[in-house]
Amino acid sequence: MDVLFDNLDLYGPGFLTTVELFALAAVGSLIWGTILAMLRVSPVPVFRAAATTYVTLFRNTPLTLIFFFFALAFPLLKIVQISFFTAAVTALILYTSAFVCEVLRSGINTVPVGQAEAGRALGLTFGQILGSVVLPQAGRTVVPPMVSTMIALLKNTTVAAGFSVVEAGAIQSYLSERGYNVFVGMLWVALFFIILVIPMTLLQRSLEKRWSVAR
Amino acid sequence: MSSVLFDVPGPKARARNRGLAVVGVLAIAALIGFIIYRFAVAGQFDGKMWTWIEYTTVQEDLLSALLNTLKAFAAGAVLAILFGAVFAVGRLSDRAIFRVPSTIIVEFFRAIPLVVMIFAFHYGLALGAPFYSVVLGLTLYNGSVLAEIFRAGILSLPRGQGEAAYALGMRKTQAMNLVLLPQALRAMLPTIISQLVVLLKDTALGFIITYEELLRYARYLGGIAEFGRPLVPVTLVVGAIYITMCLLLTALAKYLEKRNRRNKKVTPGVAAKGEEIQLTAEAAGGGAAATL
Repeated sequence: MDVLFDNLDLYGPGFLTTVELFALAAVGSLIWGTILAMLRVSPVPVFRAAATTYVTLFRNTPLTLIFFFFALAFPLLKIVQISFFTAAVTALILYTSAFVCEVLRSGINTVPVGQAEAGRALGLTFGQILGSVVLPQAGRTVVPPMVSTMIALLKNTTVAAGFSVVEAGAIQSYLSERGYNVFVGMLWVALFFIILVIPMTLLQRSLEKRWSVAR
Repeated sequence: MSSVLFDVPGPKARARNRGLAVVGVLAIAALIGFIIYRFAVAGQFDGKMWTWIEYTTVQEDLLSALLNTLKAFAAGAVLAILFGAVFAVGRLSDRAIFRVPSTIIVEFFRAIPLVVMIFAFHYGLALGAPFYSVVLGLTLYNGSVLAEIFRAGILSLPRGQGEAAYALGMRKTQAMNLVLLPQALRAMLPTIISQLVVLLKDTALGFIITYEELLRYARYLGGIAEFGRPLVPVTLVVGAIYITMCLLLTALAKYLEKRNRRNKKVTPGVAAKGEEIQLTAEAAGGGAAATL
């Protein structure tokens, strides 16, 4: 207990940064991931190829390497000066959106063929079919894997600790400076993540029940 | 190409698609061009920045750093598969003394970020060489995800398989080892290998606790003044190495999947469940919540 309460000045801002990183990256990667998924099924081959390449590249690159690029190599290019926090959010969005895209695409595959056919029979365009018929149904079926992807994102925010973003994962270096037991300190961090994950799991269950599509 | 989502394009749609394609190509070319331009302006394409690649010592060191990455990967993979098999069987046990602890351990290690684990092992428990902390972290984390994959594989086998084994008078252990596990393993092989891609990517976390792996060496190489601090070129090369290794593993998984589909010994539909777990696990985190 002492480790937590003696160092609340560390844990408080650390946990807060984790939540901020997560919230921004979650919204960003859901938006960018959905756009990628739409590109991947679009009628224009160039768009499909571009989105597929993007997903392949980012799925097969370690997140640490993407962080590495944004934290160390990107500033050398002098395009814009961004803070470590912005760099971390960008890296997380670029990485996670590839997985969001894949989850959504697997959801699109579960929507019965007849749904899209009915849309086409009504004369809807590709955008309308995707936007009003297919994606809403796909989105509902992929609630469980999507929440799991978001939980993965939450855990991935800790990689930022390796690149001087002060969030929950970075607490250990300050603890050891102050002479506290790092292992106990990390157990508190672990507990924090479990506490954050539980409501997400509950949300997942309730959304799954409420949003499930009758088929 | 026709798809369910859109009709085979007619003349008007073809013209529109072509227009969009041109815009798309231009936009992508502009983006790539801008990146190359910025790289060039920042001097990242100067000859001096790339000289490091010609030095034999650098090549050798790069190779030994790659070997360190592969070492962590190999040790982590073997141990994680063992861990996964043991705890999957543990979770399926009829006896609460095996089942309950296995469930707690698997759920616990899946919910905690790998970075936090590695930090705790390295700085908290002082396991000595960073290699041990990295491998232990990789084992516990990926092993837990693999346990779920194994378990899903066994659970999704037709009930008749286990029942037939019991009807023949087999014990639970026999039924598991001789009938259920072999089938589940075969069906789950592509998923297991895809999970190993995650493990391979996660070895890069060793960077953070100064394990001398590929990314760590990249950091060192990128800081050498003599070569003009070639961080961007080094990142590009190392990125290409990682992507190649992962794509090779993915190709193996795809090949096995194709072979599975042809193979009558594999129960159809079993692998689908594992894919769902894997898709989410692949984001470098299983999540405590992969629903089963």
